[in-house]
Amino acid sequence: MQTDIHIPTMAEIAAQQGQVEVLFWVGCAGSFDQRAMRITQSFAALMQKAGVRFAILGTEESCTGDPAKRAGNEFLFQMQAATNIQTLDGYGIKKIVTTCPHCFNTLKNEYPSLGGNYEVVHHTQMLQSLLDEGKLSVSGGAFKGKKITYHDACYLGRANGVYEAPRALINHLEASFVEMKRCKSKGLCCGAGGAQMFKESEPGTAEINHVRAAEAIDTQATIIAAACPFCNTMMTDGVKQKNKDAEVSVLDLAEIIHQAQS
Amino acid sequence: MAIGSQILFALLFTLGVGLFVRNMIRLRQTIFLGRPAEVGDQPKKRWQQMMRVALGQSKMGARWVPALLHLVVYVGFVIINIEVLEIVLDGFLGTHRLFAQMPGYGFLINTFEVLALAVVIAVGLFWVRRNVLHVKRLAHGELNGWPKMDANLILYIEWFLMGLFLLMNAADSQLQVLGAAHYPAVGPWAISSKIQLLMADWSVSTLVAVERIAWWLHIAGILFFLNYLYYSKHLHILLAFPNTYYAKISALGGLSNNADVQREVALMMDPSAVVPASDSGVPPSFGAKDVTDLSWNYLLQAYSCTECGRCTSECPAHQTGKKLSPRRVVMQTRDRAQEIAQQNKDLTGELDLSGALLLHDRITPEELWACTTCNACTDACPIGIDPLSIIMEMRRYLVMEESSAPLELNNMMGTIENNGAPWPFSQMDRAQWIQK
Repeated sequence: MQTDIHIPTMAEIAAQQGQVEVLFWVGCAGSFDQRAMRITQSFAALMQKAGVRFAILGTEESCTGDPAKRAGNEFLFQMQAATNIQTLDGYGIKKIVTTCPHCFNTLKNEYPSLGGNYEVVHHTQMLQSLLDEGKLSVSGGAFKGKKITYHDACYLGRANGVYEAPRALINHLEASFVEMKRCKSKGLCCGAGGAQMFKESEPGTAEINHVRAAEAIDTQATIIAAACPFCNTMMTDGVKQKNKDAEVSVLDLAEIIHQAQS
Repeated sequence: MAIGSQILFALLFTLGVGLFVRNMIRLRQTIFLGRPAEVGDQPKKRWQQMMRVALGQSKMGARWVPALLHLVVYVGFVIINIEVLEIVLDGFLGTHRLFAQMPGYGFLINTFEVLALAVVIAVGLFWVRRNVLHVKRLAHGELNGWPKMDANLILYIEWFLMGLFLLMNAADSQLQVLGAAHYPAVGPWAISSKIQLLMADWSVSTLVAVERIAWWLHIAGILFFLNYLYYSKHLHILLAFPNTYYAKISALGGLSNNADVQREVALMMDPSAVVPASDSGVPPSFGAKDVTDLSWNYLLQAYSCTECGRCTSECPAHQTGKKLSPRRVVMQTRDRAQEIAQQNKDLTGELDLSGALLLHDRITPEELWACTTCNACTDACPIGIDPLSIIMEMRRYLVMEESSAPLELNNMMGTIENNGAPWPFSQMDRAQWIQK
């Protein structure tokens, strides 16, 4: 998918002395992971459609430090945080939206005590307000009658209590929504958090993402909605492992809402 | 005679309460072997959390069967303790049923008796869950030995105390029927009247003996139980309150930022930066290799743990057969703190920190690296224990003091340092998604 309008960087905006409503923090997965890039593109297209004035940091964005912090490297985390806060404050950023719950959590909860204070929202929350305010609407019935389940991202749900926004988005579709047996605060992790994404798991009897994918498949849903690029990878892999990838697809909520545009 | 028993009672009571106070002072000293913690902010929010979670049991409801049984024992325990006030006053004053002439006395005793029966039944069902049904989290191998025995002992003691209370009332009531001196007629009562039926042909002297023995064993049992707490997971009945007060009030997702690191980073970014000196003056060690490296609130948490295992049963790593068990992390933290308390008579001076350290000796890196930081353990704890933060403190020590992260994580951290991303892509390509 090609985004049709140029997406400005903060450097360009600052050069033109312009202003933005919100900074889109793309995140490492959203920038580099082939699968997650499609989420980034969908969300950017939706913001453009809704007329949101946003910009990205582009080459000035750097890892929030979340995987380093969760791996125990507080030094590296704080170095990343200090650099990012300098960049963000340099542009006078007030509000940040991100498609990654890990970036969301770190920017929202761990940057303030290091001097970085911003209003941080997750893209599912922003999409919910855009739909509620009528700046976006869902039509075309692409998901009419389809069975959709939602996998709670730990860093949205338990970590930050965001359970309703993702579900509200699904409610806008004419789909049939089905909860997994374990959901919301009881939702099982996909297995990627705490820097597990970047290493092999410890010896055990099963892989966490295989267990979680099986729970999602058990709902008979044909679409597993995710709200995190890492959950997306883990669930996609889990569905493949169960040989269900022909029937069940894993989609980010931004992609779902984007596909539901007429 | 009366004065003799008053003196005996005063001695027993003073000894029981005195030992308890001594142990609590020691416990407080042990907890404060931990590092200073900034956990006293927003007192209003903390009081509310304590009222809701500890007093109101708000997090127990997630599993309704134990929640119901626990509520019965908890309410019974709190309310029946009103009766202990009368018993203690009787003991000191040499009186018998001091409050007997107060209006509503019969109603109160009846309430206590119904609650006592409910507690006996609930404790019985707890025993069945643990020893017959073998509920998975309660039959876990990590509870073998003292934890398992401790759990059953608590149930036996509660049975014993409730049983004595009812037996004492039954004998008392029968003595009232026989018109014995010093036993004002205020019975019979709802539950003990059933036991009383068995005493129909007992003599006054037998009944007095039974009533007195039950009375003394009951109060002695309570004083014993009070002192047993210090050696038991049952400490949660006291510590759940301060623990929920000092538990995390911010979003679970936010981990603390290390202030010593913050100083170092500020100096790295700007060598002329003015930063406050470290509080301790000595070069800080980062993270935790032992309990004395943890903030004191984590030691309070460890002593508050009643080993219910909700954390471990919700843990995704544990569910998929990894060695990590959040409950074990918390129990080992407590056991290590207790080991230090036992080998140091004076906890305020130079400490003997020999023995099995928390990291490596008790908790292995394999356990720590299995954690996905998903917060399921912390969310599941009914009294606000945060096993994740203890795990994170040990990961910090592994990485920042021992440089012993798994190879893949070292690679990941290297690419963050060099490329600003956990994968080896160029930072210059960050906006390439626009063109693709």
